[in-house]
Amino acid sequence: MRRRVVITGLGALAPGGPGLKGFWDTLTSGRTATRTITAYDPSPFRSRVGAEVDLDPLAAGLSAQDVARLDRLAQFAVLSTAEGVADAGLLVDREDPTRIATVLGNAVGCTTSLEREFARVSRGGRDWLVDHRLASPWLHDHFVPSSVVAEVARRTGALGPAAVVSTGCTSGLDAVGHAAELVREGSADVVVTTTAEAPISPITSACFDAIHATTARNDDPATASRPFDRTRDGLVLGEGSATLVLEEFEHARARGAHVYAEVVGYASRANAHHMTGLTAHGTEMAAAIDAALAEARLSPEAVDYVNAHGSGTTMNDRHETAAFKLSLGEHAYRVPVSSIKSMIGHSLGAVGGLEAAACALAIEHGVVPPTANLHEPDPLCDLDYVPLEARDHRTGVALSVGSGFGGFQTALLLARPTGGAR
Amino acid sequence: MTTVTPDPTPATSTTLTPPRTQTLTLTDLTALLRECAGEEEGVDLDGDVLDVDFADLGYDSLALLQVISRIKRDFGVSVPDDAAATADTPRALLDLVALDR
Amino acid sequence: MTPTTTTATTTTTTEALPRSASDPTWTELLDPVVTGVGVASPTGLGLEEFWAATVAGSSGLGPVTRFDASGYPCGVAGEVPGFDAAAHVPSRLLPQTDHMTRLALAVATEALDDAAVDPADLSTYAAGVVTAASGGGVDFGQRELQNLHAHGADHVSAYQSFAWFYAVNTGQVSIRNRLRGPCAVLVTEQAGGLDSLGQARRTIRRGTPLVVGGGVDSGLSPWGWAAQLATGRTSTGHDPAQAYLPFAPGAAGSVPGEGGALLVLEDPAAAAARGARVHATLAGYAATFDPAGGSRPDGLRRAVDLALADAGLAPHDVDVVFADGAALPAEDRSEAEVLVDVFGPRGVPVTVPKAGTGRLAAGGGALDVATAVLALEHGTVPPTPGVAAADPRHRLDLVTGRARELPLRTALVLARGTGGFHSAVVLRRA
Repeated sequence: MRRRVVITGLGALAPGGPGLKGFWDTLTSGRTATRTITAYDPSPFRSRVGAEVDLDPLAAGLSAQDVARLDRLAQFAVLSTAEGVADAGLLVDREDPTRIATVLGNAVGCTTSLEREFARVSRGGRDWLVDHRLASPWLHDHFVPSSVVAEVARRTGALGPAAVVSTGCTSGLDAVGHAAELVREGSADVVVTTTAEAPISPITSACFDAIHATTARNDDPATASRPFDRTRDGLVLGEGSATLVLEEFEHARARGAHVYAEVVGYASRANAHHMTGLTAHGTEMAAAIDAALAEARLSPEAVDYVNAHGSGTTMNDRHETAAFKLSLGEHAYRVPVSSIKSMIGHSLGAVGGLEAAACALAIEHGVVPPTANLHEPDPLCDLDYVPLEARDHRTGVALSVGSGFGGFQTALLLARPTGGAR
Repeated sequence: MTTVTPDPTPATSTTLTPPRTQTLTLTDLTALLRECAGEEEGVDLDGDVLDVDFADLGYDSLALLQVISRIKRDFGVSVPDDAAATADTPRALLDLVALDR
Repeated sequence: MTPTTTTATTTTTTEALPRSASDPTWTELLDPVVTGVGVASPTGLGLEEFWAATVAGSSGLGPVTRFDASGYPCGVAGEVPGFDAAAHVPSRLLPQTDHMTRLALAVATEALDDAAVDPADLSTYAAGVVTAASGGGVDFGQRELQNLHAHGADHVSAYQSFAWFYAVNTGQVSIRNRLRGPCAVLVTEQAGGLDSLGQARRTIRRGTPLVVGGGVDSGLSPWGWAAQLATGRTSTGHDPAQAYLPFAPGAAGSVPGEGGALLVLEDPAAAAARGARVHATLAGYAATFDPAGGSRPDGLRRAVDLALADAGLAPHDVDVVFADGAALPAEDRSEAEVLVDVFGPRGVPVTVPKAGTGRLAAGGGALDVATAVLALEHGTVPPTPGVAAADPRHRLDLVTGRARELPLRTALVLARGTGGFHSAVVLRRA
């Protein structure tokens, strides 16, 4: 019998409100958490909007030492993991720790620490031959993000496989998919899966400015993220973290764990086309969706909700609309589709985890989040994107898709848990 | 005796916008294209390329964004935000640059 | 396979379920075969040059030439010699690629050529790629950070959005070679090269017939150097002969190197169907985590036990071990302890060719696997360059001086990533 994978715990640290509850409140209220960047003076940049997490790390329970040592990314990961593991009711000392794996989804690493360190060791960019003596003792940890999953694994007490999944903007969904595979193949019974990103830093603003990927709607930051809208002009850079505790079904049942949803399908494809550009056809995203549906042994009509990549760039929103039509056929016109990036921005490697969590909550609560700021749909985006208001909608199967730099396309399928065998 | 690769730090800071003393010529543009995005095999950039689509010359929107950013810096001109999307040939881009006078 | 039992999926038909991309269930736990190898190493660019130098025990370590390292406490590195990027990478890709990506593209080409496969001949989603990463495109990144901080935001390249990030090698290799199947990127510091091959196997078992896996890395810029110095794991000085001596009595750290390997792994049925030449079989893989890292043997021991069990083999089946060889006292001791406990004192030939290349971060484990594949094919264990003899207290049969010709059937490759990552791969000769 094939091993089944379920989600037994969730944690979130997202723009708009603290914890899992704050995250779901933001999504169901349709409130946006996009604002003028406060982390630094954004005036030199073309795009000055961000979706920032308001975090006082000391108040959240980290020590002063933690704050000195850990990049913001790692702080996010540690905090959302703590919530997720507690939410799962997972007592690690009652488990075989070698059967607990840890996965981190992250795209761009310890950006803020690296930029701060660089400025110091290079004397503001004056010296190519940087002065290593001025570097933080944790500089290498900031360079290589495996330090962050090591931190999470260490704090959790997990001794099973640990890795960072770093496939750009699909890292979050790919981390959940990777975790599901670890359970399915028998390498782990529990996988603490955390996605996290803290990219809001001048170097990130500069490089997204350079390719015009981010919004220039600086005069109205609250409405700047406009997926599927005719007036959309780019993504809003975000930050945050989600944790999903994935667990083998029988293992969860034996300990009486609450199950949010089952991971029933996962697939990824690459468009092999361009590092940042997308085609209009959505062929490879559709292929990923098809393969995920095939794994789940579900037809397109079974999908009750689609959580879109919905980054709000001209290219993306058309690309994935085409992909939905290609893979879901006529059903694409009936199924509610929404982008939560409209509210929490695009947190790169983290957002896929937040989106998967949103899907699990949609299944749990029978409510689908809206696409905020959608007042004038692009005529080429003609599906039901759940404009402005969350909607009561019984969700048995949720599809989450992602698309990212490098050409990666990912589809993840979650389903309401059933007691019987599949 | 080993040779050490020299330090790439430029000798002077260029925080000031250089004065606009020169027009952007096609030769300037093709030099920037080569530098920013290489050269496609089989394409003669020194030939009659004024009205050839950038796509046919092997330059995508990313390459154009990079070139336009260099034009703005090196020649001190401002270029419309959507130039990479709208200027589809070298002539079209040179015309956009010439407008900033 | 880990101890938990997984039985085959039941079916209502009497036929075996077809193993295709649309069939999501595994019908058997196949062992992928290695059909192509590409390498870039401080000891040689390309398989032929690399193997000749490796067998000879040549060292590719030397004074750093990429930048002036005279002011740094460690001035030795392994640099890939004579790499002319323009000869390997189309000119339009040069401005948008870090040095490590250019190396990766060249290595991918060699691996696919060696496998005699053109992805265009395969069905659309039949081939994917997975690479390991560590610090990303450090040289490119330093340049752009410098541009930003010294000159301003408008000096940051449009390519910075992707030229440095961890996924870039997978992305560029996928695009250049039209590999549209599942793609992945893993970061586990020096264990990544092995973990990427474990992921390649996972992907093939899930139905993708061909996966390019491995890692190619380079962090040789002053900024990357500062990060290495911050680990406290690098040796001190500017003498290549003293810079990296794993298991030696005076072992006092390692030096960084650049390079790595990419391997073409295939479903054995797919390889046979196209008449591919098989180098070796990936027979076993395991990964564990231990926060104490290399300072105690536990994590590595578990990885070895699990990998051997996964391969269905016993310690006496192993003919050679390619060790991690951190060259730090506690780490050498704990690795030696694992090898003695599993194989007995001097119970198996052990070698650390990376003493001649430096530690290649995301490229290291992959290059070790490539070396093991070549060793199995040639029946030759390459020596550990530069080390006269192992400290006798380790009780290891460390191959030093000259290569050793032996009938080799099975190789075990080990890797430890800083922070606590332990991985092991088992290879069998074709």
